Amino acid sequence: MIEAAWIYGLAGGLLIGCAAALFLLVNGRIMGASGLLGGVVDGVVNSGGRSISAERLAFLAGLVGVPALIALTFGAPQTHLTGNLVIVVIAGLAVGIGTRMANGCTSGHGVCGISRFSLRGIVATLIYLGAGFAVMAVARHLLGLI
Amino acid sequence: MRVVFAFLAGGLFGAGLLISGMTDTTKVQGWLDLIGAWDPTLAFVLGGAILPMLVAWRVAAARDVSLLGAPMPGRPDPLLDKRLIAGSALFGAGWALAGLCPGPAMASLSYGGVQGLVFLAAMIGGMLIWRGWSRGPLAGGRTA
Repeated sequence: MIEAAWIYGLAGGLLIGCAAALFLLVNGRIMGASGLLGGVVDGVVNSGGRSISAERLAFLAGLVGVPALIALTFGAPQTHLTGNLVIVVIAGLAVGIGTRMANGCTSGHGVCGISRFSLRGIVATLIYLGAGFAVMAVARHLLGLI
Repeated sequence: MRVVFAFLAGGLFGAGLLISGMTDTTKVQGWLDLIGAWDPTLAFVLGGAILPMLVAWRVAAARDVSLLGAPMPGRPDPLLDKRLIAGSALFGAGWALAGLCPGPAMASLSYGGVQGLVFLAAMIGGMLIWRGWSRGPLAGGRTA
């Protein structure tokens, strides 16, 4: 049986892929969320703004702003993010350090890397998926943390 | 023009993340919960996102510059290193704990509440920590 969530998933996924295709073919850039944010973070620290590219900031403005407009118009969806701020901070630190160390996340290594048959993208995706499955099994079913 | 199209690409990415349900942490955590109530939605999202990019990389391979004249990304680096492996494992661990990765963390900024802001702040903090470490013995990795 096909569930509505899968259809929304596929439709949203196609939009994500079209966004990545647009950014690649028009701007010549790989659409990686952690790289684009990290580039801004590094730029702010490096040189008081000199190395921040307007392109990166515009991308991030669209990424934050368009979902905000959709949420205002049609109502805000629930994120169901845990209110346990210790877990939120540990998770955020791990995602921030990990994605910069690996030079990519779900969008850069996953969407853009797999689709060009990049070995690094495929290996990174298998590892973060494997780590995610393992941590979920331990944190949820063994320790009852999440 | 590059700024306009970058905004459009970011907006399309954000809309896709919202519509696909990927800013809902229960969907992401459900996908990672193989031994619980497994939720396959993420596979549809990733599959849907890869399809247009399979075509885009074909088109890109035949071009020297982008439609607006920017240089195209170079060939993917085939070499694996410790940074890629350790970083991806750490990312996967954090991804499972909160159910958020960088794209959805930013896309849900306006409706993710205080905890969403805390996650983004911690993630940026992590990026700054890596920036400090990467000048030490762990430096010297390859680009994506």
